[in-house]
Amino acid sequence: MGTVLVVLLVVVVVVLVIYAVVTYNGLVRRRNGVEEAYGQIDVQLKRRYDLIPNLLEGVKKYFRQEQEVLGEITRARSQAMQPQSPGQQAQSEARLSGAIGNLFAVAENYPELRSDRVLLDFQEELSSTENKISFARQHYNDSVQSYNTQIQSFPAVLFARAMGFAEKEYFEAVGPERESVTVSYD
Amino acid sequence: MENVTFRDRISVNRRNSLLLILVFLTFVTVFGYVIGYAWIGDPVSALFGLGLAFAAGTISGLVTYYGGDRMVLAASRAREVTHDDAPVLFNVVEEMAIAGGLPMPKVYIIEDSAPNAFATGRDPEHASVAVTSGLLEKLDRDELQGVIAHEMSHVGNLDIRYAMLVGVLVGTTVLISDFFLRGLWIGGGRGSRREGGGQAQIIMIVVAIVLAILAPVFAWLLQLSISRQREYLADATAVQLTRNPKGLADALQKIAGDREVLEVANRATAHLYIANPIKKFEKRAKGLFSTHPPMQERIQILRSMETGGIPETVG
Repeated sequence: MGTVLVVLLVVVVVVLVIYAVVTYNGLVRRRNGVEEAYGQIDVQLKRRYDLIPNLLEGVKKYFRQEQEVLGEITRARSQAMQPQSPGQQAQSEARLSGAIGNLFAVAENYPELRSDRVLLDFQEELSSTENKISFARQHYNDSVQSYNTQIQSFPAVLFARAMGFAEKEYFEAVGPERESVTVSYD
Repeated sequence: MENVTFRDRISVNRRNSLLLILVFLTFVTVFGYVIGYAWIGDPVSALFGLGLAFAAGTISGLVTYYGGDRMVLAASRAREVTHDDAPVLFNVVEEMAIAGGLPMPKVYIIEDSAPNAFATGRDPEHASVAVTSGLLEKLDRDELQGVIAHEMSHVGNLDIRYAMLVGVLVGTTVLISDFFLRGLWIGGGRGSRREGGGQAQIIMIVVAIVLAILAPVFAWLLQLSISRQREYLADATAVQLTRNPKGLADALQKIAGDREVLEVANRATAHLYIANPIKKFEKRAKGLFSTHPPMQERIQILRSMETGGIPETVG
C-alpha cells in the first residue's frame, strides 16, 4: 500500500514539473515574440527616417509651389527622431504620418503628375513605408494578445505573475496615424 | 522562434512532412526489395535491391528537402526579382512578411498572362513567393496584397514544406513505378533464366506490379488531401494579416473569372497554386465556363467577413 502511494505521488509530481516547464517555456517564447515584434516597429520607423530625405530630394522639383508641405515633413521627421518619451514619440510619429498624408492630398491637385513614373514610384515607396509601420504595429499587437491571453489563462495565471511574466501593453495609435494613407494606383 | 499567427498549423505540417518522408522511404525500400527479389529470385540477394533503394530514397529525400524549392521554381520558369525590378510586388511581399512576423522571402515572377501565384520552400527562412506577370497586370494593390498574404500564410504555417515534399516525392514515386512497369515489358523474360526462384519469384513479380500500379493512385490521394482545407485556412490567415477581406475576395473573383491557362504548371506543381491552374484547362475542355465551386465558396466566406466583420484583435 505504502509503495503504491509513493509511486503515485512521484508520478504526479513528475507530471506537474513537466507541465510547469512546458508552460514556462511557452511563456518565455511568447514574451520574446512580443519583444521581437516591438523591435520590428523601431526598425520600420528608422527605415522611414532614412528614406524620407532621399525620396523628397527626388520629387522636390514637382512641388515647388508646396514648400510648406515639404518643409512640414522635414520638420516632423527631425522632431520624431529626437529622443523623447513614448507618449511624445507616438505624437510625433502621428505628426509625421499626417504630414506625409498631406503631401499625397496635395499631389491630387496636380492631375498631370498622376502618370509621372518618378512620382508614382515615390508615392508607392512612401505609402509602403507607412504600411510597413502599421503592419509592424499590428503584428506587435497580435503578439501581445497571444502573450496576454496565455498569462491570463488557467493554470498559467496561478504562477505567471510570480515568475515575473507581466501583461504587455497594446500599441494604440494616436491621431491621423490611425488611418493609413491610401493612394490610388489607376 | 515560434510564431503566434501560425502556431497550430506548424506542428501539424511538421508531423505530416516527417510522416510523408517515412512513408516514401518505406515504399521505396519495400519496392526495392520486391524488385530485387523478382529480378534475382533469391530472398538474401534481394537485400542488395533493398539497400540500393534505401540509399536512393534517402538521397532523393534529402535532395528534395534541400533543393525541392529550386526544382519547383525552375520547372515553373520563375525568375527572381529585386525591389527595383518590381517595386510594388516587392513592397507588398515585405509588408505581408512584417505583418506575419516572418523573414522576407525571395520573390519570383513567372512570365505568363494567366493570373496565379504560389509559395514554396522548406521553412520561412528559405521561402520563395512566385507570382505570374498576369497577376501583376490584372490585380490592383489591395488585391495583390490579399494574394500575397494568402501565400505568406502558407509560408508561415509550413504548408510550403509539406506541399513541396508532396510535389517532388510524389513525382519521384510515379517516376519509379513508371520506370519499373516499362522495364518489365522490355526485359520481360529475364527472370525465367533462373530456375531456383520458382513460385516465390513469380509472386514477387506480381507484388511489384501491384505496387507499381497502386503507388500513383496513392500519390494522387495524397495530393488531394492537401488542397481544400488548407486553402480555406490560408484565406482566413491572410485576412488576419491584411485586415481586409475585400482585397483577397476581389482577387479570387478576378482569378476565377480568368480563362487563361498557366502553361508552366503541371500535375506535380498544380497543388501549390492559389487557384488550380489545371482544372481550368479541363473545364475549358468540357466547355463549362462557370467558375470553380470551391473558389466560389472561398469568395463567399471572404465576402461574409466583409459585411459581418472579422473577429478583429486590437489594432
